[in-house]
Amino acid sequence: MTRLIIKGGTVVDPVNDRVYPADISIADGRIAAIGSGFSRRKGIMFIDARGCLVVPGLIDMHVHLREPGFEYKETIASGTAAAARGGFTAVCAMPNTRPVCDSAAMVHFVRKRALEAGYARVYPIGALTKESAGKELAPFGEMKTAGAVAFSDDGRWVADGNLMRRAMEYAGMLGTPVISHCEEPSLTAGGVMNEGFTATVLGLRGMPAAAEEAAVARDIILAELTGCRLHIAHVSTAGTVRLIREAKARGVKVTAESTPHHFTLTDEAVKGYDTNAKVNPPLRTAADVAAVKEGLADGTIDVIATDHAPHSREEKESEFDVAPFGMVGLETAVGLVMSELIEPGVLTLTQAVAKLTINPASILGLQFGVINEGSVADLTIIDPDRETRVDPAAFASQGKNTPFAGRLLKGVPVGTVVGGRWLAADAHGNDGITAGLEEVD
Amino acid sequence: MLERKDLLGIEELSVEEIKTILDTAGAMREIMDREIKKVPTLRGRVVLNLFYEPSTRTRVSFELAAKHLSADAVSVSAGSSSVAKGEGLLDTTRTVAALGADVVVLRHPAAGAAAFLSRYTGASVINAGDGMHEHPTQALLDLYTIRERKGGIRGLSVAIIGDIAHSRVARSNIWGLTKFGAKIKVCGPATLIPPGMEKLGVQVFTGVEDALAGADVVYVLRLQRERFVQGLLPGVEEYARLYGINQERLNLANPDAIVMHPGPLNRGVEIGAAVADGPRAVITEQVANGVAIRMACLYLLRRRDKDDQTYH
Repeated sequence: MTRLIIKGGTVVDPVNDRVYPADISIADGRIAAIGSGFSRRKGIMFIDARGCLVVPGLIDMHVHLREPGFEYKETIASGTAAAARGGFTAVCAMPNTRPVCDSAAMVHFVRKRALEAGYARVYPIGALTKESAGKELAPFGEMKTAGAVAFSDDGRWVADGNLMRRAMEYAGMLGTPVISHCEEPSLTAGGVMNEGFTATVLGLRGMPAAAEEAAVARDIILAELTGCRLHIAHVSTAGTVRLIREAKARGVKVTAESTPHHFTLTDEAVKGYDTNAKVNPPLRTAADVAAVKEGLADGTIDVIATDHAPHSREEKESEFDVAPFGMVGLETAVGLVMSELIEPGVLTLTQAVAKLTINPASILGLQFGVINEGSVADLTIIDPDRETRVDPAAFASQGKNTPFAGRLLKGVPVGTVVGGRWLAADAHGNDGITAGLEEVD
Repeated sequence: MLERKDLLGIEELSVEEIKTILDTAGAMREIMDREIKKVPTLRGRVVLNLFYEPSTRTRVSFELAAKHLSADAVSVSAGSSSVAKGEGLLDTTRTVAALGADVVVLRHPAAGAAAFLSRYTGASVINAGDGMHEHPTQALLDLYTIRERKGGIRGLSVAIIGDIAHSRVARSNIWGLTKFGAKIKVCGPATLIPPGMEKLGVQVFTGVEDALAGADVVYVLRLQRERFVQGLLPGVEEYARLYGINQERLNLANPDAIVMHPGPLNRGVEIGAAVADGPRAVITEQVANGVAIRMACLYLLRRRDKDDQTYH
């Protein structure tokens, strides 16, 4: 029986919009008591959380773990280690592996590998169509029974409107959300960055905002038709924010996420042909970044997710046209949320924490995101005042492809509690983070 | 000398640097007019011409320039197919080091390829065209030609006509001409005008007559046939009718306007044969000036440390 006391921290409760000092005691994987004056006792692990925030375990609902098939980019073990390091206690694994996660057997495989690794919980997202080929529906029912929490052909928009309609009808019957990577491919063909002035100057082919917005518009209309819950992945344009805001206002069951890179960087990050800034959807304009922040602030965008997309050094060390899309995000997300959203006052602390905890949990039907006596003891401890400089070489992720290298971030995850088990963020060889940890015997 | 290792684009060059190159090219033209067109300036230096796209005139121009300066010039034409497969450029950097090249001239279909190569090699890199990004030596030879013909660049009205979107020549010329204070009008069908052009300080027209009015320089871009396949244009005849520069249209420009083209020409498409071969065209001069500009670039980018070794 593991017992744990977290003492002296500031508890952040996004459900009740409360921030209050409290000690937490944990037993049998659940929160046993929330109170004050808890003292050390023999046989109880003791975590000194003075000066730190104690928040519900962070959930990243958009992660590429790459296993099976692309273990040279990332494995379930290295990806979940990166999650733990970044303060995430649960992640959703996108199905674009090789083979694609489009069967119960594949869902089982991903969950089993995650349990073996033991860093963070993994909830697989099943493919929307077989092999994500956009031709036939994948077996939603058996995947859901096996543990899939949503369905998506992430990276490939289902261009066939009728197939998407049927997928949404079927998923809607099961009560499972459909996640859409909105990109009308005929409008982005050959594009490698946002269409606009920067692309013109660099001589790179552009991907217009309209490609995303046209796809979002269709999918919102199909959600309206079918009644299915639709989740829009990685919102990147002002027009998308507007479409979702209008849809929500008329009662469409649509939710949305955006990423730290889309609320932080503009397409100017591509200057110098930095392949680490090549991502899909692409980094957009300053006006789009402002609109995404507005959407986060007014609740149009419910979730912050990283779209963690590791690639090998060899793949990214190439011509911009040739390099694959994607950047890692798990180990920079907390710092970027704190530095770019909370510190400047775009979001309050509880608003930001909600978008990383209770909101994704609600969308996916997971019992996380709360700090109550009796709830599952998944917690993240964050030192809000500590500053670090992003050092990809120190990442637990195999992917070092980040455009944030060298950036100073304020707010560092100290460790996570997953099912009552303490995991210091330095468990992979970084020094200095375990200072607060003390085991009493 | 230029205080830089590489020549990657006109965007990053100062006016002073461009003037230095143009003035040096003037001296090089003088060498080219001699009976023995050879000076020993770059003896013992290796110039590697790496062409990942088909190009005859630019490659030959660089080869001649290197030979006039007594450098050892080697040309490698790699198939575009290997590039399409994503092979190559990083491995190429290792080849360059192994061959001991002092200067690498790179033509590549990917924008940013020259900048990429320059990060991995100590050799000087000259960008001979990278995708739709820049083609700096073309713009330099164009600036040289305009300056020679017009006596200066400031205040000139320059109309650049054709496929602006896919043209590295247009981009490099826009950077160069604006630095020297020319007024630029770009013109082409809406499908071939990239977004954000106005932010580069140019006027944008879709009607060719408006762009030609009062022009001192008419710069005609080559139209690639693949633009029709890509669905960007309805057809070659319509393009010739709407945008082809014929004698009648040329009369809208200033009476002493010159006509330029980076070559190779599609006679009867973007330019009429009578205009291309007429008295206003300076297209063959551009080719000859190109060798002088490339000699100047090779000369000015020669590495100092290597010079020191030579004389000690």
